[in-house]
Amino acid sequence: MEPEDLVAIRLSLLVASVATLASLPFAVLVALALARGKFWGKTLLDGLVHLPLVMPPVVTGYLLLIGFGRRGPIGQALEACCGLVFSFRWTGAALAAAVMGFPLMVRAIRLSLEAVDRRLEDAASTLGAGRLGVFFAVTLPLAVPGLLAGIVLAFAKALGEFGATITFVSNIPGETRTLPAAIYTLTQTPGGDDAALRLVLVSIALSLAALIASEILARRLAGRIDG
Amino acid sequence: MTLSVDILRTVGGFSLDVVFEAPPGVTAVLGRSGAGKSTLVAAVAGLARPDDGRITLGPDTLYERSRRIDLPARKRRIGVVFQDSRLFPHLSVKSNLMFGRRRHGAAEPDFDEVVDTLGVAPLLGRRPRSLSGGERQRVAIGRALLSGPRALLFDEPLAALDSERKAEIMPFLERVVAQTALPVLYVTHALEEARRLADRLVVLEDGKISAQGAVEAAIASAGLVSAGDRFLDGVVVEAVIDEIDERYQLSGFALGRHRLWAPGVLGEVGGTARLRLLARDVALSLDPPPRCSVRNVLPGVVRKIARSDGPYATVLVDVGGAVLKSEITRRSADELGLAPGRVVYALIKGVAVARG
Repeated sequence: MEPEDLVAIRLSLLVASVATLASLPFAVLVALALARGKFWGKTLLDGLVHLPLVMPPVVTGYLLLIGFGRRGPIGQALEACCGLVFSFRWTGAALAAAVMGFPLMVRAIRLSLEAVDRRLEDAASTLGAGRLGVFFAVTLPLAVPGLLAGIVLAFAKALGEFGATITFVSNIPGETRTLPAAIYTLTQTPGGDDAALRLVLVSIALSLAALIASEILARRLAGRIDG
Repeated sequence: MTLSVDILRTVGGFSLDVVFEAPPGVTAVLGRSGAGKSTLVAAVAGLARPDDGRITLGPDTLYERSRRIDLPARKRRIGVVFQDSRLFPHLSVKSNLMFGRRRHGAAEPDFDEVVDTLGVAPLLGRRPRSLSGGERQRVAIGRALLSGPRALLFDEPLAALDSERKAEIMPFLERVVAQTALPVLYVTHALEEARRLADRLVVLEDGKISAQGAVEAAIASAGLVSAGDRFLDGVVVEAVIDEIDERYQLSGFALGRHRLWAPGVLGEVGGTARLRLLARDVALSLDPPPRCSVRNVLPGVVRKIARSDGPYATVLVDVGGAVLKSEITRRSADELGLAPGRVVYALIKGVAVARG
């Protein structure tokens, strides 16, 4: 395997991990609001969250460019306050991957939150647990299987994200050239087919590994909860 | 400390409208499904808000509409034992027991003592899923006790168990309520449970209280309201033994000015025992029967009579010292011309008197 292949693989894993972990707290909050909240604009929020799932990824990438680019309003604000720059950086690739995986993650967590037995939460409150206590001691642990499913889905989606990423942060080797972008580049290069196939196999292996890992974890957790 | 409940709550076409008090000791709330038991439990526990009224526990107001007080469940410190136990499936038995205790930081009651009382020591490391229904309920009782409550609320804790499991839990329940100084509200549809555990009874029917007071008195007076109900099986009287017939193996009880004979030596002279007199075992006669095998002939006065639409009539007879219930055919009631105030003789075969 060529050094640049390894760079792309390592970058992909970094981008997908950061994207997944950074979006997790937001996904839990949004899922909670959608599962339990009663507020004006809930349908709108639901629609907004799901938009990246149905819009062409190029459109998502373009919107990110407008909003989070060097001259975008959010991009400028974040750079001014926290020194966080997205445009043409790996952080931008992570943002694009996070946005694309967000609906999948929210959906899985929301479903598992809705499945949590409210009577157990009632019982916890009669035992003196406050709202936060009930959430962290009862609701969240019971929703862990869904949380895990959401994490794996979002991670797999992030590994494969291509359209929004290349539109938002381009295809810079070592910075934003993730696995899919590297494969795409190789297929556009004369004689790059063999190299492309190697990366395709790596990509399949990574996705499979993520799925298997989540399956094993889920089983262990189910065993802990049920047994 | 007394739990005092005065609430009104309307859900759909049903309305719960009750006023009662639960002093220290066990107050059973007896009602069939749909009588409003769950609504009452939710309101007292703080899980559902009544429309109006007031709930106080000792000096503290838990709910009062007019003062806009509605303490959330977590601040009421009422230990609730639910019918479906509601143990946390992701926590061990020990963590379940400690759930409320950690939050209140109360030192009382002692953890080991509660574990011992309920016999759950061997279960501490297990998960709720692997427990039997009876074991789960014992853990749930322990969890409520250990949360440092100021009152206990049992919501049909035995209803989901088969009779064998019920029999297994009952001694634990009896021990727990005997040891606690708190007001205990025990909500159930089973008369037997109320009889065994309660000091006072509140009978709930269609959202209203149809009778309340000392257990047997409340049962008797509620009995007439809903004649033919399955829990109207008779009365239990507590009486003092004043004579033992060693030769014939009989115990004589003082019941008002009368003597009631029961089979067997049921104790020593001066001791007391609970006797069950089933309504169907009490016959009525206008004259004292001459030369009859029936050992117990008690003169009394008809207090109330309820004729059903079917073949039965239920008659309450005050024999002085106790009110007996008699179930006879409606035809007999009519032919004897029974009416309140009428003097009758209650006939109870000696062999029909059983320990309650």
